[in-house]
Amino acid sequence: MRGAASGAAGLLLALLLAPPGAAADTEGSIHLKDGPGREVTAGHCALCHSLEYIPANAPAMDRAGWQKTVQKMRERFGAPITDEEAKAILDYLGTSYAGKS
Amino acid sequence: MLRRRDLLLGVTGTALAAGLPASGGADLAPLSALPGKRPLIRRAFRPPNYETPLADLVPAFTPNDAFFVRYHLALIPEIDPRTWRLAVGGASAAHPLSLSLSNLREDFEPVSLAAVNQCSGNRRGLFEPRVPGVQWGPGAMGNALWRGVRLRDVLERAGIVAGALEVWFKGADRPALEATPQFQKSLPVERALDDSTLIAFEMNGAPLPRWNGAPARLIVPGWTGTYWMKHLTEVRIEPAPLANFWMKSAYRLPAGAFPAHFASQDTPESVPITEILVNSLITAPAAGARLPRGQRASVSGKAWDNGAGIERVEVSVDGRRSWREAALGRDLGRYAWREFSLPLDTSRAGPIGIAVRAVSRNGTRQPDKLTFNAAGYHDNIVQTLSVEVL
Repeated sequence: MRGAASGAAGLLLALLLAPPGAAADTEGSIHLKDGPGREVTAGHCALCHSLEYIPANAPAMDRAGWQKTVQKMRERFGAPITDEEAKAILDYLGTSYAGKS
Repeated sequence: MLRRRDLLLGVTGTALAAGLPASGGADLAPLSALPGKRPLIRRAFRPPNYETPLADLVPAFTPNDAFFVRYHLALIPEIDPRTWRLAVGGASAAHPLSLSLSNLREDFEPVSLAAVNQCSGNRRGLFEPRVPGVQWGPGAMGNALWRGVRLRDVLERAGIVAGALEVWFKGADRPALEATPQFQKSLPVERALDDSTLIAFEMNGAPLPRWNGAPARLIVPGWTGTYWMKHLTEVRIEPAPLANFWMKSAYRLPAGAFPAHFASQDTPESVPITEILVNSLITAPAAGARLPRGQRASVSGKAWDNGAGIERVEVSVDGRRSWREAALGRDLGRYAWREFSLPLDTSRAGPIGIAVRAVSRNGTRQPDKLTFNAAGYHDNIVQTLSVEVL
């Protein structure tokens, strides 16, 4: 990676969590359905993204769809999810947010 | 009877007040405002993904504070333009450079160009059957006047060595987890050298907004937004294809189904999404509108394509049985959208089935049927809506 980092040397970045914004745009504004696995799902998913992705995608999802998504988050995006946690997450999403007709 | 497609195409528009829960479908997404932006349709707030409401797609140039926001990664930089540097190098660059914003402004010829920036997944939320991803309606797009310098001029300053294949781009946005791949994209060297490909630092006469890539971003007119790297920090001229998640796995289409212009990234099964397909958007009347009898009305909106230019826009007001040519607005440039309008006869009470289809000078027209693809790209099917004269 010749020279890969050289350009970043003089760069001053203030990396901020995006953004507090309006009062509505907070994690507390998203309420996932009650059910076994809700906490482990919310805890892992919210590491990288707001939880609204879950209800927003439910109409496009069945259990197999969530399986692919959980696998993508683990293998492609490096989500630190154990096999046991992955099963709990999949059971929760596949039960509560599988709206594909 | 309103369908989900109508809802997503904006029938309820601003009636979807802020504060509604983001429950279930894209149609119920709330409006909310990022700092410096007016209220937009919130598809997700982390990473920020905000869609422009239909009403804000009416002006010829989309206002900066209404322009859609799209990020993959949650850490969005706030960059000091005085200390920002662009690194230009790579294995196929003869003389690596480090450029400040002043260098870009003063050492290169300035260029202004109007162009549509459209997210690859625009209208994904309208797909049938549904597909996962950000459930965009029609507002993951906008038209702006971009000002900057030609990427080609910058690359030539760095010296392009024989054998250069792609130009790789890196932005300053970062993932929440170190293990997540940073957002990096590439272009074929020919496309990078095209006259229209810019490094822009202004949008509609003002510095780029933070949420649209400040202080400098790539402009790739005629190609979808995934290549328009925001918060640009590094440009590399390379003799090899960029092999990362964002090129090899994401933003791909089934081979043979759509135009393809990126041979170094093709596989037998799939190709990268590249050019924008001919498309149009009806901005008035709204789906489901009730129009007073005898009141002046028109079918109007925008049409755009890959930069070939819009040949004509055809409007049907009889449920697609017959078509008439709409008047086209001023030509803002081949990569901009073109406004269209056709007076609507409201002298008789009753329902009117409206449809619009654009025809490009590249010989293509909007199709009636969606070409399904799993990622939910390229929904450019003929838009239909119903109104009633009362």
